Amino acid sequence: MTDKRASPLRSDSLRRGALTLVVAAALYEAVARSGYFPPALTPTLGSIAYTLFVSLLDGTMLFHAAATLYRVVIGFGCAIAIGLPLGVMMGRFRPVENFVLPLTSALMPIPSLAWVPVFILWFGLGNTVSVLIVFYAALFPMLLNTWSGVRSVNPIWLRAAGAMGANEHALFWKVIIPGASPFIIAGLRQSFLRSWIAVIGAEMLAGSDWGLGWVIFDAKQFLDTDMMLASLLVIGAIGFATERLVFGSVERATIYRWGMAQSARG
Amino acid sequence: MHDVIEHGKFGVAPAIGDRNPFRRVWRNAYPFVVVGVLWEAIAHLGLLPVQFFPPLEAIAAAFARLTMNGVLPHHALDTLARLIVGFTLAACAGVAAGVLMGRSRRAEDILLPLVSIGAPIPGLAYAPLFLLWFGAGNVPAVALVAFVSAFPIIYNSWTGVKAVKEIWLRSAQAMGADDRRLFRHVVLPGALPYIVTGLRLGLAQAWRILVAVEMLAAVPWGLGWLIFGAQEFLNTDVMLAGITVIALIGLALEKFVFAPLENFTVVRWGMMT
Repeated sequence: MTDKRASPLRSDSLRRGALTLVVAAALYEAVARSGYFPPALTPTLGSIAYTLFVSLLDGTMLFHAAATLYRVVIGFGCAIAIGLPLGVMMGRFRPVENFVLPLTSALMPIPSLAWVPVFILWFGLGNTVSVLIVFYAALFPMLLNTWSGVRSVNPIWLRAAGAMGANEHALFWKVIIPGASPFIIAGLRQSFLRSWIAVIGAEMLAGSDWGLGWVIFDAKQFLDTDMMLASLLVIGAIGFATERLVFGSVERATIYRWGMAQSARG
Repeated sequence: MHDVIEHGKFGVAPAIGDRNPFRRVWRNAYPFVVVGVLWEAIAHLGLLPVQFFPPLEAIAAAFARLTMNGVLPHHALDTLARLIVGFTLAACAGVAAGVLMGRSRRAEDILLPLVSIGAPIPGLAYAPLFLLWFGAGNVPAVALVAFVSAFPIIYNSWTGVKAVKEIWLRSAQAMGADDRRLFRHVVLPGALPYIVTGLRLGLAQAWRILVAVEMLAAVPWGLGWLIFGAQEFLNTDVMLAGITVIALIGLALEKFVFAPLENFTVVRWGMMT
């Protein structure tokens, strides 16, 4: 993906890319209008745009998006709050590593959404389940990336800083955290992606009243395909924007500034 | 999005100077023992209703019962069959599309916009749409798994083909390789580490999505469906037994599919993506 952003897009590439999208849209429109498929299943682009516009204007879509983001932020925030310190401790203290790592490798292969029914039983329908699922999905990438980041800090840097009289506190903030930052940021990114997927699934399965995943699933009951496609667009747009804007700028502010971008990509 | 660092090497904590196999086993087992004892304590103290929080022996009993009468293996086999079919479709289509995109400027211009628009939407969000379009059952489940796992495969194959060094191509051409041999002996081996990474990511993604899709699509058999169906009857022990099977399959995928795939390319070509 970095290659793609780095490579200059030639103007005729751009034109051809745009052409593809136009052709794809025209094809879809032709299929939608052909009457070969029921119009309830393949709404025209115009009606999708109209639905999106109306739901944005009257605020329902914004509420749904806000509800989803709220769940992601809480779950993802908790995952960082626990995963980051725990990952650092795993990297620094062997007993912690010995205890946490086997558990992690057993829990990690279980898709977060497999827990949805269990969590519904334990906590009832609603916010708690979605937040916990997001937390579960985001925790492990965060934990493992932080752990391997801390372990990958060059021991020479630690010794050099120690020899220059850095105390544990300075060592941690001035050496370990910057040294591990490429991994930590890769972990944040991966965690966010996982939580974004998990929250949609959790909302579909543990339907509360609001949320983009819930809208899609709810709209399906009423064959409201325009609404489904409209919220699909919103989901894609938010995911794309967060990935590009938030993580892109975090990366620029930290690892590029510290000159560590090379190791960010494996 | 798909070239994030994934970990292939977690699993067993590196045992330094631990040649005693019992100590090594114990070292990996004792966290589970601690958690198991805690679990038992909570279950038996009656802090939570037994129905919701069954003790481990009840889960083990459910596991044994369902394995004996063949229900659990049937669910697991159906899930695996869907995974294999969906992933195979994705692998064939994804590698073909990715390689084509890497080799031909025109294909890249045509396909890349579509891929970049489709990729950032979480696969599961398409699930209701697929259910509407393809009806309930196996077809949407397999189609969604294939669709979702195709993206990382396309991305990585494309990047891999583009990462083949220009100088290798030129020298092969200078030595008189025609297009077919160039492709078979230079492009494909050069791109293979990336392609393998893509396949690994795709399979992981397929696995994650499949369980959820089985809950949404009314499939008659499947581990996701087993868990979801058991919830209706408050069969927490069955649910947890199902999750155990999911974990075991996931671990097996990790150990016997991902890790060998990675070792294979890393060892053979001495490169990591």
